[in-house]
Amino acid sequence: MRVAQLAGEADFAGWREQARLLAGQGVPAAEVVWQVGGQAADLFAEAPASNGAVETRALRVPAAFPALAEQVICHSDPQRFSLLYRLLLRLQDEPQLLKVATDPDVHRADAMARSVRRDMHKMTAFVRFREVTDEDGGEAFIAWFEPEHFIVERVASFFVKRFAAMRWSILTPHRSLHWDGAQLHVLPGASQAQAPTEDAMEAYWRTYYANIFNPARLKVKAMKAEMPVKYWRNLPEASLIAPLIAGASRRAQEMVMTAPTHPPERHLRQAARSDTGQDEAREAQQRGEAPVASWAEAAAAARICTRCDLYCHATQTVFGEGPLSAPVMFVGEQPGDQEDLAGKPFVGPAGQLFDRAMAQAGLDRSRAYVTNAVKHFKFQLRGKRRIHQKPNAGEVKACRFWLGLERDFVKPQLVVALGATALHALTGHSGSLMSMRDRDLSLDDGTRLLATVHPSYLLRLPDPEAKQREMARFIADLDRVGEVVPALRLAA
Amino acid sequence: MPQLSVMDKLEILSDAAKYDASCASSSTTKRDSLGGKGLGSTTGSGICHSYAPDGRCISLLKILLTNFCTYDCVFCINRSSSNVQRARFSVEEVVALTLNFYKRNYIEGLFLSSGIIRSPDYTMAELVRVAETLRVQHGFRGYIHLKLIPSASPDLVARAGLFADRVSVNIELPSEASLKSFAPEKQPRDISAAMGGLKLKIEESKAERAKTSKAPSFSPAGQSTQMIVGADGASDAAILDRSAQLYGSFGLKRVYYSAFSPIPDSSSQLPLAEPPLLREHRLYQADWLTRFYGFEVGEILDRHSGDMLDLAIDPKLAWALRHRDRFPLDVNSADRESLLRVPGLGPRSVKRILDMRRIKRLRLEDVGKLARSLTTLRNFIVTADWRPGATLDSDRLRQHLAPKPQQLALF
Ligand code: SF4
Repeated sequence: MRVAQLAGEADFAGWREQARLLAGQGVPAAEVVWQVGGQAADLFAEAPASNGAVETRALRVPAAFPALAEQVICHSDPQRFSLLYRLLLRLQDEPQLLKVATDPDVHRADAMARSVRRDMHKMTAFVRFREVTDEDGGEAFIAWFEPEHFIVERVASFFVKRFAAMRWSILTPHRSLHWDGAQLHVLPGASQAQAPTEDAMEAYWRTYYANIFNPARLKVKAMKAEMPVKYWRNLPEASLIAPLIAGASRRAQEMVMTAPTHPPERHLRQAARSDTGQDEAREAQQRGEAPVASWAEAAAAARICTRCDLYCHATQTVFGEGPLSAPVMFVGEQPGDQEDLAGKPFVGPAGQLFDRAMAQAGLDRSRAYVTNAVKHFKFQLRGKRRIHQKPNAGEVKACRFWLGLERDFVKPQLVVALGATALHALTGHSGSLMSMRDRDLSLDDGTRLLATVHPSYLLRLPDPEAKQREMARFIADLDRVGEVVPALRLAA
Repeated sequence: MPQLSVMDKLEILSDAAKYDASCASSSTTKRDSLGGKGLGSTTGSGICHSYAPDGRCISLLKILLTNFCTYDCVFCINRSSSNVQRARFSVEEVVALTLNFYKRNYIEGLFLSSGIIRSPDYTMAELVRVAETLRVQHGFRGYIHLKLIPSASPDLVARAGLFADRVSVNIELPSEASLKSFAPEKQPRDISAAMGGLKLKIEESKAERAKTSKAPSFSPAGQSTQMIVGADGASDAAILDRSAQLYGSFGLKRVYYSAFSPIPDSSSQLPLAEPPLLREHRLYQADWLTRFYGFEVGEILDRHSGDMLDLAIDPKLAWALRHRDRFPLDVNSADRESLLRVPGLGPRSVKRILDMRRIKRLRLEDVGKLARSLTTLRNFIVTADWRPGATLDSDRLRQHLAPKPQQLALF
C-alpha cells in the first residue's frame, strides 16, 4: 500500500503531482490510498517515494482529461481520487477511453463532473447575502452557504466579477471567501453562527416571492427539480413554500368562483370619453363603403386593410411615400422583407439600387412618389427565411383600390411602372413587359405612363456583364423620365 | 386613496406582473464590474435565483411600474374595467428595489413592464427613465428587460434598446381577430410593426458592432414574445403557424406560451377554468421540435393528426407513431437527422451516439447509458443485439407508451 497525501479536499495540483509520480512508477490503482490533510494514516501504508530514485515513464492524456479531473476532484465522494487515478492509468493504454461514455469509470466521472458543475451553478444562484455594517460604518455583505461539493474556490470569480465594488464574505463549512473590495482571501471554513441572522430586505424579497407565484399553476415537482430541497435551509424564501402550496388550490378556486364585478367608476367615465367612431369610419373606408377625403385618410385606412388575405402573414401595410405634389409616381410590385419590417417602401436592396440608378440618371428621388401595386409582403416561409412570392391577379385587383386612391390624391404628370405586376395593376395588361417598354403609354385618365423593369430584376441577374448592360438600359429609361418631366431632374 | 407603502406596492405590482411567462436573463453581452465601479455582471446563460411552486424560474425582479391602465384588454388583470387594487411605483422606488435585491444576489436584474397611463409615449418614457437611472447613475451592469409599449415613438424605442438587454412586445393572442375582440385598444398591426422595427434595429446594431465594438448595442439579447393559450378558440395548429411566422419574420429568440389562467376579478367573456398546463407543455415541445429537431409545423400537425396536439403523448412520439414505416432505425448506421426524429433521443444523446459508434458498435445496453431511458426508445431502434418485435405494428403501442394520467399537484 502507498499513501498519497493531499493538502485539501479539492487539491488538484497535489493530486496531479502525486498521481504523476505513482503512475510513472506503474503503481496500480488498488495499491494507493488517498488521504486529505491530517487524517489518520493507513497503518499498512508506506508513503510514495518522492525522490527521483525510481525511473518514471512519460504520461500522456487527452486534452479533455485535465479539465474533467479538475471538476471531478471537487466532488464530495471520497472515491474521486482513486477513480481519477484509475482513469489516468487506463488512458495510457486506451487513449480513446474518455469518448467511451458507456464505460463504467468514464460514466461515473462524467456524472460526478456534471454534479459538480450543477452545484457550482446553484451556488451562484442560491447564495443570499445579508447586509452588515463593517468597522468603518460602510455597507458589507455576508452569506452563509452549504454547497454539496468542494466548489467554493472555483465559484469565487463569479462573485468577484459581479460584486467587485462591494465588500462581502461567503461563509461555508469547508472554506470561506472574503472580498475586501480589492482582493480575495480564501480562509478556512466557518460556522453558521458567524453569519448574520437577518436582513431588512428579506421581507421584501419574501413578499415578491409570494406574489410572483401563480396559485393556479402548481408544479411542485418542477420546482423541486430545479431548486433541490437540500438548498432550502439557507433560502429566506423557502419557508413560504409549504403555506403557498397549501393555500394554492383554495385561492385558484376562489378566482374561478368569484362572479365578475362591475367596472369601477373611473373606467366608465373613460369609456364614455373615448371615441370608437374613428375606428369604425376607417373600417368602412377600407371596405370601400365610405368616401375617403384625403391621402392621410387613405393611408390610415389602409393600415387596417383586409381586402385580401395578404395582411394575415405580413407585418404591416406599406403605403406609398413621397410629396403629394410629386410630378412622377413610381409603382413597384410589392414590399420586400426589409420594407415589410420597416413599414416603408423601397428601403431594401432593390430600393437602394433604385436610388443609385435615380442618382445616376440625374433624378431627384426625394421629389418622386414611390409606391407598390400590392401593399403587403407576400412570402413563403422556408425554415426561418421568408421567400418572396409573386402576388396573384386577385391580390393585385384587391389592392388596386389603394393605388387608385394614391393616384387620385397625388395626381402625377407621369406614372412609371416598374415591372410587369405594376404594369398589370395600372393597365390590366397581362402580356410581356418588354413589348411595352420604350413606348409612350397612357392611363385611362390620360396620365402619361412609362414601363420599365423592376430593380429587383437587375439584382437577380447572375451574369455581371448582363447586369451591367441591363443597368445601363434601366438608367436610360429613367433618363427618359427626366425628359418627359424635367422638373424631376436634380438641380445642376 | 390611502398612501401605499413600498411593501404594499411591491405586493400589488408583482402580483400584476406574474402572468408574463418570460424571465430569461440569457445570451446578452458579457459584462462585469471588475474595475471596481458599478454593480453587477452578466453570464452567458443567465441564472434562475429561485423557483416558485408554479415551477417557474425567478431570475429577474419582474414588476409593473404601475397597474393603472387605460386599456381594457379582457384577458388582463390590469384592464381598466377590473376592480383590482391599483398602485404606482416611482422611478426611484423601482431603482432602489432592483439594486437592493441585486446586491443580495436575489436576482439577475429587472424585467419592467407597465399599464398604459396617459399615453403610450408617456408610459414608455417612464420605463426608459428607470433603465437609464440604473445604467447611468448607478452603473448597473445586470440584466434589464423592458416591455415595449407598441405605439411608442421611435426615439423612445431607440433609447429603450440602448439601456436594456432585451426589449420585447407581447403578441398576446394568436389571431388578429381575437386580439381585436379581446384587446380593443391594441392595434394588432402596431404590435407586429413594433416587432418588425425591433428586428431591423437589432440587426443594424449587430452589423455595426461587428465593425467596431464601440458601436452602441441595441437589445443585444434579442427579442421574445408571449402568446396566451386557451383564452380564445385558436387551435394548436393556428398557434404553431403563428409562431413559425413570428420566428421567421422577426428572428425571435423565444415565443413563450402562457396557459390562460383565471385572474382575480375575471371578465365573463373568458373561460372560467383551470389553466391548460398540459396543452401549454405540448406546445413548448412542438415549438422545440421546430427549432432544434428539424421539424416543420406541417409535420407535427398534419392531415391525419387534426389541428390539436395529442395531450396523452408528446408530439414527437405522436409523429413517430404516424410514421411507423420509418422505424425501427439502426442506431449504428442512421444519420443525425433521422436519429433526431426517434422518440426518446435528444440532440445530446444523438451526439453521444455518433461519437461512440466511431469506436464500437452499439448494443442496447450502451444506448441505455447514452439516452435518458429505454422505455419508449427501444421500440423504435435496432442495435447490434436488439431488434423490436412486432410491437411497432401494433396499435396498442400508443396506449402502452402513453403515461398514465397523473395528479399534477401532489406534494
Ligand atoms: S395586399 Fe392590399 S388589398 Fe391585400 S390586404 Fe394588403 S393592402 Fe389590403
